[in-house]
Parts: sequence; C-alpha cells; structure tokens
Amino acid sequence: MSSKKSLHALHHKLADNDYQLKVLETHEISTVDFERFDDKLKSIGLFPLKPTNTEIFQVNVGYMCNQTCAHCHVDAGPDRKEIMTRETMQQCLDALAKTNIPTVDLTGGAPEMNPDFRWFVEEITKLGRKTMVRCNLTIIMANKKYHDLPQFFAEHKIEVVSSLPFYNKSRTDAQRGDGVFEDSIKALQMLNEVGYGKPGSGLILNLVYNPSGAFLPGSQASLEAQFKKELKRLYQIDFNSLFCITNMPISRFLEYLIDSGNYEEYMQKLVEAFNPIAAQNVMCRNTVSIGWDGNIYDCDFNQMLGLKVNHGAPNHISNWDLELLNNREIVLNQHCFGCTAGSGSSCGGSVA
Amino acid sequence: MERTTYYDPKDLKKFGDISKWDAELGKAFFDYYGKVFAEGALTEREKSLIALAVAHAIQCPYCIDAYTQDTMAKGCDEEQMMEAIHVAAAIRGGASLVHGTQMMNKFKDLTM
Repeated sequence: MSSKKSLHALHHKLADNDYQLKVLETHEISTVDFERFDDKLKSIGLFPLKPTNTEIFQVNVGYMCNQTCAHCHVDAGPDRKEIMTRETMQQCLDALAKTNIPTVDLTGGAPEMNPDFRWFVEEITKLGRKTMVRCNLTIIMANKKYHDLPQFFAEHKIEVVSSLPFYNKSRTDAQRGDGVFEDSIKALQMLNEVGYGKPGSGLILNLVYNPSGAFLPGSQASLEAQFKKELKRLYQIDFNSLFCITNMPISRFLEYLIDSGNYEEYMQKLVEAFNPIAAQNVMCRNTVSIGWDGNIYDCDFNQMLGLKVNHGAPNHISNWDLELLNNREIVLNQHCFGCTAGSGSSCGGSVA
Repeated sequence: MERTTYYDPKDLKKFGDISKWDAELGKAFFDYYGKVFAEGALTEREKSLIALAVAHAIQCPYCIDAYTQDTMAKGCDEEQMMEAIHVAAAIRGGASLVHGTQMMNKFKDLTM
C-alpha cells in the first residue's frame, strides 16, 4: 500500500521525543510565546488534571501498519517492528480481570497485524468486556489472510472504528496514500455485508474524520450528516456515527506543519480555540493507554511522546494498580491543546 | 513601522477591534453576524459556501482567507468550493452582459 518510510526509519529528528517536546515547548520553530496548557487549566481551576473514572483500557498492540499516513501521530508503517508480545497481552488481561473497566480499545499501527490479535480479542471477550478496534479498513484488503476480518469482528461483536478522512479519493489518498480510498470503500462494503452499520444488527461501525491539512474540524453533527448522505448516494455504504478528531501537532503531522510553514498558525488556532467544556471532558480523564511494551500512559499521544504516567502512579502493566491510577495527576504538555480546541477531540470524537 | 501593502493577513485577526471605537455598533454588527451564520433554514455549511462565493464577488482578501478555511472545516471539497466561485463569476459576468440590453436599447434609440 505504501512505500513511504517512517520518520523512525529515516532517523528524522522528529522521531526523537525530546526534540518534539523542544519544538512544542521552546522557540525552536516559532518565536511566539504560546500560552502554556497547564496555565490555561489553572485559569479555569482544572489543574492538576485528575481522572474522573477509568472506563476505557486502550491498548496499542504495535506500531506496524500497512499504511504510512501523512498525519499519523504514531509514525506507524510497514517498517515499524515494535509489537506487543502474548506475554504482555496476558499481563493486560490479568490487570483487566481485576477491574470492572467495561471497554477495551485496540489500536496500533494496524492492530490486526499483531499475530496474537485474534487470540487477544477472544480472551477479552471471555472476560465479558466490549472490544473496540481501530481498523484502518485497507488491512482487510491487504492480504487474503485478512479478508475474513469482518466475520471475525462480527462474531465477537467488536465495535469497529475506522478512519476515512473524506468521502472522495483526492483528499483521502493525499492523507493516507495512493489507492487507500478505493480499498477503504471495498472494505466498508464488506463490513456492511456482514451487518456492520446496519440498523438493528447491533454491529457498530463508526468512522473517523480528521482534516487533511492545517485546519480544525467543523461541526461533528453536520459532517456526519454529509458523510452519511454522500457515502450512501455514491457507494451504498451505511455507518453509525462519525467521530471528528483534531490532528495533534506531534510526529508526522508536526513534520507536515513545520515543512508547510503552518506550525505557528496552527498552534495559534488550537490555543485560541481552547474550550473549557472540552477541557473538562478530555479522554485522558477516563482512559489509560498501554504501550506495546506494557508501559502505561495517560493517552496514545503521550505514549508517542514517551510521557509515561507520573506522580506516583505505576507506569508498567506489571505493576497495575487502578486505585493509584485513578488518583494520578495527568501529564500535560502543549500538544494537549489539540484535545481542547473547539468542540474538543478524543478517540470518540467531539467532547463538547 | 512602514506598511508596504494595504492588506496584511494578520489584520484579519483584529476584525473584532472595530468595536473599540464604537462598541455599540460593533456589538450590534457581530451579534447580527453570528445569527446570520447560525444553522437555520440553510445549513451552516450552505451559508459558508454562499459566503465564499460572495467573498470572491466582492474580492475581499480577508473574506476569501476566512471562508476558504471555514468551508474546508465544514467539509466542503475542492469541486464544491470552485463551483461556488463559478456561481459568483456567472452572476458578475451576467450582470455585465445583461446591461448589454441597455446598450442595445440606446443603440436602437439612436439609429434609424
């Protein structure tokens, strides 16, 4: 699908977490003194930011992906070899079993490329928890061994969450790679065939929209109505909800912002669009994020910046302690403005 | 600082400053502006496309900047945005051409 290399494989300076943090926190790229995110939270009495309750156990099972998307905050791609072992998955299951956390959110890379993906899902199902999978759609078409994924998802009543930046080829392929749109449409039709997105099936298919450029997403309700109308009209595709996600100024999207000269203006937009209601509802307050190596983070974005949970909370799955985690202080940095701009942004879309 | 151009993109962000020299009228305008662009019988998206077309008809650089971003954020694609501008161009061109009837009338008045 993609011959592009990850920043990691290119030994790009933005593959270095410390350099990314330097860009975000200092005058490395911009001379503007952006307001600090923690000061912004202090101004609305929300600092230190604490969890409300942990409802989502998000697991990143590896950074390998069949795509190399231009905006990817994971810097995922075919050349990434970091992958969660079955042993670490078992530690996740053991931790999960000690809790009542209802939802497991599997992400990557393309999570389905982990050889133990199906085993992991089966074990999560045995624990009586709901599984969500962040499926990039094209993986279903990538190889014969993945063609039955829609049936596997349906069998385990997995909620499928899939990125589709737009309902046309040009904007989708610009962000996700040549040929992605066509394969995504075929995959969506296959998911529809087994009942996904169809009323009364109980099989949930949600799509994710994120802007293919340096602008913020518009109203989720309005975009959802438009996606539904156009995907039905053009391709007879049904889905449940559209989640609008703001692009985070980290990793490959940060590279794009810097290279295109949009960094300063984009950060300014995020800061100016700070919404206190979105800040109250940020996803890190009800989510923990487990990395492929078992490290624990406040969210998938902090994971990619190497910012583990802090302030006394256990930061590896082998030391899991939900009570301590529920009382932690969430680790913040300037990228957090991406989750609080406008209607807010989370793995489940708008929050305000 | 010497200005080298009448238009500076940074001035767009200062639009709200017009209220500083007349708070009452400024407030009245921005309240009205907000209501005009709210979802109504027309969607916010449709209104944004109309604004983009009008921006080109009146050739306002600030408005073109603002409503290019706004239509993109509202999920309009390149084809829709360009079609909207063609609507503006058609009306502008048509407005010139329809006056051709005046020219023709006058011509006829003056000729045998």
